[in-house]
Amino acid sequence: MAVDDNRGESAVKLSQLAVGSKAIVRALPPQGSAALRLREMGVLPGVSITLVRAAPFGDPIEIQVRGYNLTLRKSEAEHVMVEISKAET
Amino acid sequence: MLNTNPRMDSAQTIDRRTPVYALVGNPNCGKSTLFNALTGLKQKVGNYPGVTVEKKTGTTYSQHGRPISVIDLPGTYSLAARSPDEAVVRDVLLGRRIDTAQPDRIICIVDATNLERNLYLVHQVLDLGRPAILVLNMMDLALAAGLNLRVARLEHELGIPVIPCEAANGKGILELRLAMSRMDLPLSRHQWDIPAPIATAVSEIQASLIENDSKQPLIARAEALLLLTDQDVVRVAGSTPLSPVTASILAGWKKRWEGQGVDWSGTLVASRYDAISQLCAQVILRNAKTGPSPSDRIDQVVVHPLWGWVVLGGIMTALFLSIFTLAEYPMNWIDGGVAALGTWVKGAMAPGDLRDLLTDGAIAGVGGIVVFLPQILILFFFLGLLESTGYMARAAFIMDRLMSRVGLNGKSFIPLLGSYACAIPGIMATRTIEDTKDRLVTILVAPLMSCSARLPVYLLMIAALLPSDRVPVGAKVGLMLLMYSLGTFGAFGFAWLFKKTILKGEPPLMIMELPPYRLPRLKDVLLHMLERASVFLRRAGTIILGISILLWFLTTYPKSADNVTPQARIAHSYAGMAGRAIEPVIQPLGFDWRIGIGLISSFAAREVFVSSMGVIFGVEDSQVKNTTPLRAALRQAHWPGGAPLFTPLVCLTLMIYYVFAMQCMSTIAVVKRETNTWRWPLFQIAYMTGTAWFVCLVVYQGGRAVGF
Repeated sequence: MAVDDNRGESAVKLSQLAVGSKAIVRALPPQGSAALRLREMGVLPGVSITLVRAAPFGDPIEIQVRGYNLTLRKSEAEHVMVEISKAET
Repeated sequence: MLNTNPRMDSAQTIDRRTPVYALVGNPNCGKSTLFNALTGLKQKVGNYPGVTVEKKTGTTYSQHGRPISVIDLPGTYSLAARSPDEAVVRDVLLGRRIDTAQPDRIICIVDATNLERNLYLVHQVLDLGRPAILVLNMMDLALAAGLNLRVARLEHELGIPVIPCEAANGKGILELRLAMSRMDLPLSRHQWDIPAPIATAVSEIQASLIENDSKQPLIARAEALLLLTDQDVVRVAGSTPLSPVTASILAGWKKRWEGQGVDWSGTLVASRYDAISQLCAQVILRNAKTGPSPSDRIDQVVVHPLWGWVVLGGIMTALFLSIFTLAEYPMNWIDGGVAALGTWVKGAMAPGDLRDLLTDGAIAGVGGIVVFLPQILILFFFLGLLESTGYMARAAFIMDRLMSRVGLNGKSFIPLLGSYACAIPGIMATRTIEDTKDRLVTILVAPLMSCSARLPVYLLMIAALLPSDRVPVGAKVGLMLLMYSLGTFGAFGFAWLFKKTILKGEPPLMIMELPPYRLPRLKDVLLHMLERASVFLRRAGTIILGISILLWFLTTYPKSADNVTPQARIAHSYAGMAGRAIEPVIQPLGFDWRIGIGLISSFAAREVFVSSMGVIFGVEDSQVKNTTPLRAALRQAHWPGGAPLFTPLVCLTLMIYYVFAMQCMSTIAVVKRETNTWRWPLFQIAYMTGTAWFVCLVVYQGGRAVGF
């Protein structure tokens, strides 16, 4: 579960992820109540997530993490850096 | 450090008195169902003093029939509190609340289909050093989802009883009761590594908590860990504050870490999840499962960009249809029952002030509120249904973007929607909104949604405004729609304004779980409905009774001679005097003192305006249903100079007045209860009625200026 910093160049914002794609969380902002709550909900560096869908107006988005579904606004997802998983299914 | 030997808690301390268990768990893990299964109808709902968090307690019995009390704590994902509800969970478990003794033992309930995330809270709770039981709920659903949980292994790793359970089917309750009856319930022997840079701080804060806050060592350690993840420490009334020494040690560490760039809270959360992942790897055996889950398939329709709206629209239509059609029958029975009770008391008692106080004051006043009870119950039922199926979160998800335009989040949508029927359940449903300021804004604007009590006023005024039966129905419908949209735009406008000014805060978070869809359990939903209704009646009851009696007094005294008509009686009363006194204020709106009496008396509830007009304009037996005689009487009403009183412009202005003005004592009582202060209900009266006056002034004077 260690963070692999060498692949930093392929990191994108969670808010830019396409619907249906899988990714691995790389970094979250260190402070702020949104970041803490995301962490406590299991969104931590190293964990894999799937972008399930966006709400009808495009925001908020729904991700699957640790086997359950979580919503967050794009403004919150902007600060979460993820790395798109190569193995698309 | 945690003691590695499972210590038995001393039998003597618990022997003498009833042991107290706290029930904790994530939202949507079936906690209420388990609580209902354990305690049946032996439940008590109260409030933690000083905060608007519900305190639910119940009694269950051990295998030997000895009573055990159970506190059902609000659902939470973490002990690092963000809302008053979560703060209460944290404070009760840490023994910080003066009003609630620290529970002897803890039952952690988790959703077995989602073990990893659910175990986060359990992990925090096990640190507390209290004997605990872990309940794995929804085992059947976990199995269906292809998860095979090794219960014995989990029990071995944690060192506490782990009970597989299906609370909804009553399975596992007996085993839980047996575990709860155990005298020798062990402490958890689970150990995890506190990251090195933080460990020193934890032991220093722990030492200070033992020394300066007189905490037991284990609790002190748990509290030390928690203090490091509690960022904006939510303090609520009734919780004991930290000692200055401990607080300064904590602040010192945080400052040092900030300088060094150490992400202390993130590291702590990560190390907990690492420990949980290791645990889960040993416990969860996953079967190869392909394809989307049933919930995913439902969501492909329910939150679809097009079908999502159809579903939402359909549910809203069903909600309002059932409120307005189903509620009609019981409302008629209650109306009849209240009238019969009044007549019976009138016949049974000697004439006099006491009899009038009872019949015209108490019975008629409270009856006027109770008549809305069926609507309120149906609304509570629907809200409970939406909540327990999981649809509530979907509605919030769909509506979040729109609600964010005015600075709210999607969770405000359902409470505001419900307020179209009645603001009371709407306001009581705001408890699901975590952010205190968002919740308050929603409470403040909810009564602007045109509720069903405004309908009789609108109908009467539309009838008076468009007297001819030849007026196309479209004009009447259009007027009605105008009133509803005025209220809606008003509510959103004020929400925006409040979020920009007096209740400015960070943009609300929308980090929300979308729980899997579950079949609702009728028993739980009905129990929830009855509990809500009884809370409303108990808490609002005294205020409603008080205002009813006050209004009766105002319309009855000083008394006139016996041969005087009711019309002259009310004119002679304090209410009549008050009507005359406020005439200068309402005359610019086109209202005279007689309308003033109506405004004052309908402070009880808006629909009272219709019956007040009946009394004032001398129409015997004026009814909400048949307004023809009253309509005719209104048309005859004139100003002293001979100008007609109820011109179309005045009727329109009066309707607009009722859109905005705060004319409902039950709402005031509920807002008082939900905000725990008189400040907000009084503010609400001021801003709503002030807006009503101002908008009416503009409409009436503007209308006059252009020749109406």
